[in-house]
Amino acid sequence: MGVRKAKYGWIFTLFFSLLSLAWVFPIVLVLVNSFKKKVYISRKPFEIPNGKMFVELENYVRGIEKIHFFDAFKNSLFITVFSVAAIILCTSMCAWYISRIKSKFSSVMYYIFLFSMIVPFQMVMFTLSKLANMLHLYSPIGIILVYLGFGAGLSVFMFCGFVRSIPLEIEEAAMIDGCTPIQTFFQVVFPILKPTCITVAILQAMWIWNDYLLPYLVLDIKRWKTIPIAIQYLKGGYGSVDMGAMMAMLVLAIIPIVIFYMACQKYIIAGVVAGAVKG
Amino acid sequence: MQHSLKKYFPVFVLPTLAAFTIGFIIPFLMGIYLSFCKFTTVTDAKFIGIGNYLKILSDDAFGHALWYTAAFTIMSVLLINVLAFSVAMLLTKGIRGTNVFRTVFFMPNLIGGIVLGYVWQLLLNGVLAKFQKTLTYSSAYGFWGLVILMCWQQIGYMMIIYISGIQNIPGELIEAAKIDGARPVQILRNVTIPMVMPSITICTFLTLTNGFKLFDQNLALTNGEPSNMSELLALNIFNTFYGRTGYEGVGQAKAVVFFILVALIAVIQTRLTRTKEVQH
Repeated sequence: MGVRKAKYGWIFTLFFSLLSLAWVFPIVLVLVNSFKKKVYISRKPFEIPNGKMFVELENYVRGIEKIHFFDAFKNSLFITVFSVAAIILCTSMCAWYISRIKSKFSSVMYYIFLFSMIVPFQMVMFTLSKLANMLHLYSPIGIILVYLGFGAGLSVFMFCGFVRSIPLEIEEAAMIDGCTPIQTFFQVVFPILKPTCITVAILQAMWIWNDYLLPYLVLDIKRWKTIPIAIQYLKGGYGSVDMGAMMAMLVLAIIPIVIFYMACQKYIIAGVVAGAVKG
Repeated sequence: MQHSLKKYFPVFVLPTLAAFTIGFIIPFLMGIYLSFCKFTTVTDAKFIGIGNYLKILSDDAFGHALWYTAAFTIMSVLLINVLAFSVAMLLTKGIRGTNVFRTVFFMPNLIGGIVLGYVWQLLLNGVLAKFQKTLTYSSAYGFWGLVILMCWQQIGYMMIIYISGIQNIPGELIEAAKIDGARPVQILRNVTIPMVMPSITICTFLTLTNGFKLFDQNLALTNGEPSNMSELLALNIFNTFYGRTGYEGVGQAKAVVFFILVALIAVIQTRLTRTKEVQH
């Protein structure tokens, strides 16, 4: 089988190479246009910027000033990192507790978490944003609590699935040796949960980093914008969009993701597979 | 152990439970209640029965958004799954460069919907400009634009799941089928597809719910134009809430209907494909 496939292998390699080029084309197109004078972007999107079309880094400078890109980047990074950390810490502890304590309360909790996974955000968006506002959760710190709440369903579900496969004897041995439940959790259980932590972290980070609607409705966006909000803001209300700044900001939004992806590709792909199998 | 752990309830469960109550339970219950009320903020709600739901029935834009979303979802589920499965089949045959191709196809997933929407707006408007058209010329353009965008974004994700499913098929099974004289098409139909059924369940589930709930891409690519004709359900609900005052109740009622639809689709789909899974 291997030999026969190898004979035609190069045709497929050629086909997929061309397809891969087509796949990255939209992003390359944006990159090319980000160096073009703004009036030429809509008119001649497929031409290489040369001569009077080429503007060096002008679009980048103007875009960064317009939407305060680096503030938005900082906010996005802060919210994503701390929300994911809070989700992992709190939901793994919660999942361990409701898996180990067999009671009606535990199973009710479990099913409510499960149920919350199929509820679309639109169902709660209005009431959630009003409630968050009343509780003064409109800062980057406050929104962490909102993400912990809305993201808990999937995480608890995934941690519960894994905790059930850990043999009870290990924990019992630790308890008999005099560990408190907190010590048992952090010194024995949490290290075993590490693979699930990575999966949960990747799925949640992908969601929170790119999320638009929740921060748009919850955050006080006059003071704090995330990257998706800043980009949407660039489009503004009426009138023409500054296509030059738009292209430049799209490039800046994509670059960190590509770097992160190249660095952690192995974990990301493994995380997606593990997440899908349990979901 | 049960006994000593129970005392630690406040440490282990309370933070998540408190956040979950604020972030989900209260907004969800309040949302259901408010769908039967007239209100502009949550504090001035007045109970009016099923009036909001009756208004939905006469809302043409909502009806249009419903069919538009259904058509979009069906089209994108079919295309994404067929293409992702085909690519996965080819990329498990040991072709040179497989890892590079996988990396490239998966990448669009990590980019957010808003950014993707504007990336594709540039490309598609650029192509359409050759015919003196734009994406917002008619709702059909927005429709196919969204389908293409979603294929580009999601094929890589689903491909990864299919690849892991295909790689889990025991090699002996295919060898045995070959020795028995099965043709490649027969192997595909009678061995490979039944064996990857769990992956098919997951991928159809993900593409179905993603398609039905799509918002960011829709907002960035066409923002519902021309005149709300390319509006998906999620965007229609958003515009009902925030587009005009006095319609918050109707928006909330639409959101409840939307939730019920998503839940029904999720449950029915999982039931349907689960029954086709084989034990091994």
